[in-house]
Amino acid sequence: MEPKQFWILPLCGLRRLWTGSQRPPNLPVMGRYFAKRLLSLFVSLLVASWVIFFVVEIAPGDPASFMLGINAQPDTIAALRSELGLDQSKLARYISWVGGMLTGDFGTSYTYRTPVAQMVADRLWVSLPLALFALILSTLIALPAGIFAASHPGKSGDIAVMSATQLGIAVPNFWFAMMLVLIFAINLRWFSAGGFAGWDAGAWAALRSLTLPAIALALPQAAILARVMRSALLDILGEDFIRTARAKGLSQRQVLWRHGLRNALIPVLTIIGLQFSFLLAGAIIIEQVFYLPGLGRLVFQAISARDLIVVESVVMLLVFAVILVNFLVDLTYALVDPRLRGTR
Amino acid sequence: MSRSLVLGGVLTGLVLMMAALSFVWTPFDHTAMNIPTKLQAPGAEHWLGSDHFGRDILSMIMVGARTSIAVALVAVGIGMGIGVPLGLAAAAKRGSWLDEVIMRANDLVFAFPSLVIAILITAILGAGAINAILAIGIFNIPVFARVTRGAALSLWQRDFILAARVAGKGRARISVEHILPNVANLLIVQGTIQFSLGILAEAGLSYVGLGAQPPVPSWGRMLADAQTMVSLAPHLALVPGSAIIVTVLGLNLLGDGLRDWLDPKLQRGRT
Repeated sequence: MEPKQFWILPLCGLRRLWTGSQRPPNLPVMGRYFAKRLLSLFVSLLVASWVIFFVVEIAPGDPASFMLGINAQPDTIAALRSELGLDQSKLARYISWVGGMLTGDFGTSYTYRTPVAQMVADRLWVSLPLALFALILSTLIALPAGIFAASHPGKSGDIAVMSATQLGIAVPNFWFAMMLVLIFAINLRWFSAGGFAGWDAGAWAALRSLTLPAIALALPQAAILARVMRSALLDILGEDFIRTARAKGLSQRQVLWRHGLRNALIPVLTIIGLQFSFLLAGAIIIEQVFYLPGLGRLVFQAISARDLIVVESVVMLLVFAVILVNFLVDLTYALVDPRLRGTR
Repeated sequence: MSRSLVLGGVLTGLVLMMAALSFVWTPFDHTAMNIPTKLQAPGAEHWLGSDHFGRDILSMIMVGARTSIAVALVAVGIGMGIGVPLGLAAAAKRGSWLDEVIMRANDLVFAFPSLVIAILITAILGAGAINAILAIGIFNIPVFARVTRGAALSLWQRDFILAARVAGKGRARISVEHILPNVANLLIVQGTIQFSLGILAEAGLSYVGLGAQPPVPSWGRMLADAQTMVSLAPHLALVPGSAIIVTVLGLNLLGDGLRDWLDPKLQRGRT
């Protein structure tokens, strides 16, 4: 083994834990796969940064004249433009933007005059727990529902689960959020109708104010995930090796847990990864419903104030998170199922 | 024909008929305000109640259906119009630089959180139905490109394509004359699904104020208006919400049913 490939070893350990495979992994092939994925990660990020910069650049309206109002003198505007760096060439601004982000400097907000990194960090403490909370809820609801439906195919339980998911997919999450507010906040008064208690008020109070938003985000995603879980498990349960396992005397339950689920979880894992991006994006609208001070509200405020640097940086950050999660999912995918390495 | 095909067809048909009917008849003028009869619950005069300006909700729902359908339909058209030729081209030149570029560009669009970019586009180009169509349509392109390419690739291996090549037809002509008709079924099913996603996306964008602008009614904005009054008059939120759910549910069922009907091999395990 070449010394530079040692970094793969922990991943191989993970692979062994998951698959129970004792066969030594093919290190050069795996190394090449990871290198290829890593390269495509960087290319994606690079192109994403071009697209975002370009879209924001073509935005009509000059931030400096917007900030100073319609009565501002031309020389005042010019002074502000040079202070904000708007008088430099597009290329120079792009390079300083990307370079800054690489070193953790996201620039300074035009309107708030505070570092964007600081603003993002504050808001992240709302958006990230919300997305994770919703992801956990959605997984906890969807996997049992999907497994239940797949192990009773065609029975009334299966039909009930599938009808519920069909409905769940059709419900807009912001409307569902309004209904939750109406029932649990206004009528029953179990939760507050909006706002965020803040982590200073204690984890319990903070989680409580995130509960309704997380449920609203999670249920439609859970409907999709339950359907994926069901169909993946049904596919696996139709395979020959399942029949073999049954033939050698394993009970239905043992077959399901030992052979069925472990294989069916592969596509489910991919979807869970992809859902993270839906949850982050969906959180933008849900944050509006519940008046949560998260990244979504920050983007909206920044857009309406023409605070382009904030818009650019927050959107880039969201895209980065999504691309990174997909990259990690790709890696796990390969570890779990070596047949899939390098092919699509 | 399956139950989902019938039910989906009926629900979708009802919504389409309601939208069509709104061109010639609505119970009231959907913009007519009448403050004395504001916030009425559903009843004999206003069948589905009235809003905070006394406007008739049924009339607004009927006209709003036009907005939703138009935005989602044109967005599907953009996706198909650009995505399908790209997918056909990628499959016809499998493994070439063209295929590689098209598929990598697709991966990239998939990696973007679509709603974030849709919000960015509409916010920057300005809120309105046209920009909402663009924002939703862009994300339909890779979906159709991928579906078309996947199906076309397996068709290129078939004997009848070989026969066409032996007969001297070029790749472009084969794509149009032989591949396209054979992927049409799949595209119809995918189109139905993207249509329903478009309805949801349009509702989301107009809910945050980035979709169709007043006085054009839209279901999403009706929900946004309802938000502060939901405890006084729950029907303000219930009616537009139900309209969205019925439409999306109908289209999804229709897509499921069409898929089973057009391609019996795929009957089991749709996600």
